[in-house]
Amino acid sequence: MGRLNWDALPFYSWVAFTGALVTVGGGLLVVALILYKGWTRKLWTDWLTTVDHKKIGIMYIVLAMVMLLRGFIDALMMRAQQAIAMGNEGYLPPEHFDQIFSSHGTIMIFFMAMPFLTGLINYVMPLQIGARDVAFPFLNAVSFFMTAAGAVLMLLSLVIGVFSTAGWTGYPPYSGAQYSPGVGVDYWIWSVMISGIGTTLSGVNFVTTIMTQRAPGMRLMQMPMFVWTALCSSILMVFAFPALTVVTMMLALDRTFGFHFFTNAAGGNQMQYANLFWMWGHPEVYILILPAFGVFSEVVSVFSSKRLFGYVSMVWATMAIAVLSFTVWLHHFFTMGSSANVNAAFGIATMIIAIPTGVKVFDWLFTMYRGRIRITSPMLWTMGFMVTFGIGGMTGVLLAIPAADYVMHNTTFLVAHFHNMLVPGALFGFFAGYMYWFPKAFGFQLSEVWGKRAFWFWFTGFYCAFMPLYALGFMGMSRRMEHYDVATWQPYLIFACFGAVLVLLGIICLGIQLWVSVRDRVALADTTGDPWDGRTLEWATSSPPPEYNFAHIPDVSDLDAFYEMKQTARTAPAPYEDIHLPASSVYAPLMGVAAAIFGFAVIWWIWWLAALSLAALVALTIARNVTGEPHVTIHAAEVAKIEGART
Amino acid sequence: MSSAMTPEAQPITAPHTSAHLEDRARTEQMGYWLYLMSDAILFVALFATYAVLHANSAGGPEASDIFEFSRTALNSALLLTSTLVLGFSGIGFAKGNKGAGFGWLAAAFALGALFVGLEVQEFAALVAQGASPQTSGFLSAYFALVATHGLHVTVGLIWMLTYVALLLYEGPTRRVLANGNRLAAFWHMIGIVWIGIYSVVYLPGILQ
Repeated sequence: MGRLNWDALPFYSWVAFTGALVTVGGGLLVVALILYKGWTRKLWTDWLTTVDHKKIGIMYIVLAMVMLLRGFIDALMMRAQQAIAMGNEGYLPPEHFDQIFSSHGTIMIFFMAMPFLTGLINYVMPLQIGARDVAFPFLNAVSFFMTAAGAVLMLLSLVIGVFSTAGWTGYPPYSGAQYSPGVGVDYWIWSVMISGIGTTLSGVNFVTTIMTQRAPGMRLMQMPMFVWTALCSSILMVFAFPALTVVTMMLALDRTFGFHFFTNAAGGNQMQYANLFWMWGHPEVYILILPAFGVFSEVVSVFSSKRLFGYVSMVWATMAIAVLSFTVWLHHFFTMGSSANVNAAFGIATMIIAIPTGVKVFDWLFTMYRGRIRITSPMLWTMGFMVTFGIGGMTGVLLAIPAADYVMHNTTFLVAHFHNMLVPGALFGFFAGYMYWFPKAFGFQLSEVWGKRAFWFWFTGFYCAFMPLYALGFMGMSRRMEHYDVATWQPYLIFACFGAVLVLLGIICLGIQLWVSVRDRVALADTTGDPWDGRTLEWATSSPPPEYNFAHIPDVSDLDAFYEMKQTARTAPAPYEDIHLPASSVYAPLMGVAAAIFGFAVIWWIWWLAALSLAALVALTIARNVTGEPHVTIHAAEVAKIEGART
Repeated sequence: MSSAMTPEAQPITAPHTSAHLEDRARTEQMGYWLYLMSDAILFVALFATYAVLHANSAGGPEASDIFEFSRTALNSALLLTSTLVLGFSGIGFAKGNKGAGFGWLAAAFALGALFVGLEVQEFAALVAQGASPQTSGFLSAYFALVATHGLHVTVGLIWMLTYVALLLYEGPTRRVLANGNRLAAFWHMIGIVWIGIYSVVYLPGILQ
């Protein structure tokens, strides 16, 4: 069994044991609920084997929400530790604290933000371009199960063995075998790599979908802004993720087989790790942020009851950001000793990104200007984003000055900065999208009252949690400190912990919102398919949309296609025809299981199992390739029946 | 919802009309080329790593000590000829000449298999003379780059076998021939990467 034995179970600390217990207990509870309700069959045939982009999108977002909880518990534990640990050890030993900040970053980036945005794109983008599905529905399911396999490994590290203590970036030489023996870094490597391969495939799928599956008449410059941002984000996935695959693979070879890519001895070079990692890592920031920008663009236009201001400039700004994102990676390691000229070039490139981003902010503001604004919960997230993101952007330009970065790097100022970009810039956008498109996906609206409460707790909580960190950074506090003995820091850290508690209340409000909305779903039902007076095609179909999305593929001649349709009288629709859709498939979930087993086996050096699961993966791929893509047909009469039920 | 809000009528194309099949082929081709470009980036990262680490021999063997001209020349000839004859095979199938199609396909497979065999032998010889990937950063980078390429060739060989199976089982239908076109694109990309490896890894090493 390789290096797997009974010592891998988490009996070494009560905190770790509780974490494992909660994970296992939560899993068992879900299984018990499914068995009790008799949902097994439904779960398998309707969800796990599906290739419907809408259901896959929902599964992504469920995964993201679960992982958000886990990642947030990590955050809360860190804030609590730092609030207490002034001149004492606090309640977490260093080994454990380091695991927590590593897993917090890894989860929030790879298993919360990535699935959330992939889920939103999956659900909304095909509807917005008037398509029946993505270009490769089966591949889409494979991507999901690769991401899920990574998430399973991530959660498993809590129960069997330990997680990495090397931070979410896993820099060598610390993450090498010499300083980090054991399975922690390997869990990080394989969960990140497997989910990363899924993301690469998602990128390929989305780009192809947007380029080839648009409704007749929809030119590129008539695509909704969210589709544009999805396109740019997906292009970045295709071209940035291979660097992550390579760099994690090299670290794995160093650790497992004694290669010397990044070791201290025998001609390794750690700089190359930083280079490759951030050649993926910087574009990744924009992969996360661009789709959220797309959500904000949709939301601000609909709830200002106006066409988006400066659509063309918005498109070009998005493209400019996508291109520039590949030219700034070195600003993540100004202090590693490149020459002053190199640092200056990357510093200037970094500042230039502020220009297209500024264009976007002004476009959103001008969209609101003289609009008939409705302050709904998606709109609140959007406005909260604009204010907060502006502050984060300014601190980013400050950090882009290499000389200033030398002072600020590795302090809590940096921590505050990137949370100030990603919390409003990504997460607020995802929440806005979740509340905006929820009625489309489920046929009833989310409670506005609880949505607004959630927003205000998140918004104020964010400021309370992160503004003190800016100040602490100026005061010289390094990031990732398990304890400290500077008494003047403690009040700030206690206040930051208070902020985290406010965010916790925000998360509780999100849970209550879901609960009361499901309870009151009849009263909140959306019978029109267009609850917000929307402007884009996804609102032209029913809520939830039928399996085939559109009975007739729409013909598009305007940017706000659905808004234009609503203004013009239409002739009676042509008769319905048979609709062909790809059939569901058992291959994708099986491949996900094989990938998860493979990752687990490699982490624990159980080589026979690794060989077996890899062979299974190859066999499944070949089998699928040979059998081809089966279709199901929905007959015209059935389409007529479904469509007839809408009116 | 009133009929005034229904999107304008548009005939739906059933999946078996030729217009749809052409659309589908275009879609698949685009997705596949995107994948190939992504794969090319993977090699770019490996090339960059080799460029950074190629001088870090750490007292072990250097490039000029271990690379032989004759062996790499033979390898290149095998792989590039394989690429050429796979093209012949495609022409054969396109013209409906099954004999030529299968014959050249078999030749492409044999040449590719020979390439992999020689590469495995080369790796074994290197390890035997103390030039293993664990020796130095240079050799780690060398093995990672060349073996990743070799792995791609191996995948291509397995793919050829499944392609033959498809041809025998289903015949040269549109779907199967599209599969063959993708295989050819994959094989050509591997050839191009090999030219990169030859120019960046072997030639400078030999000429040192």
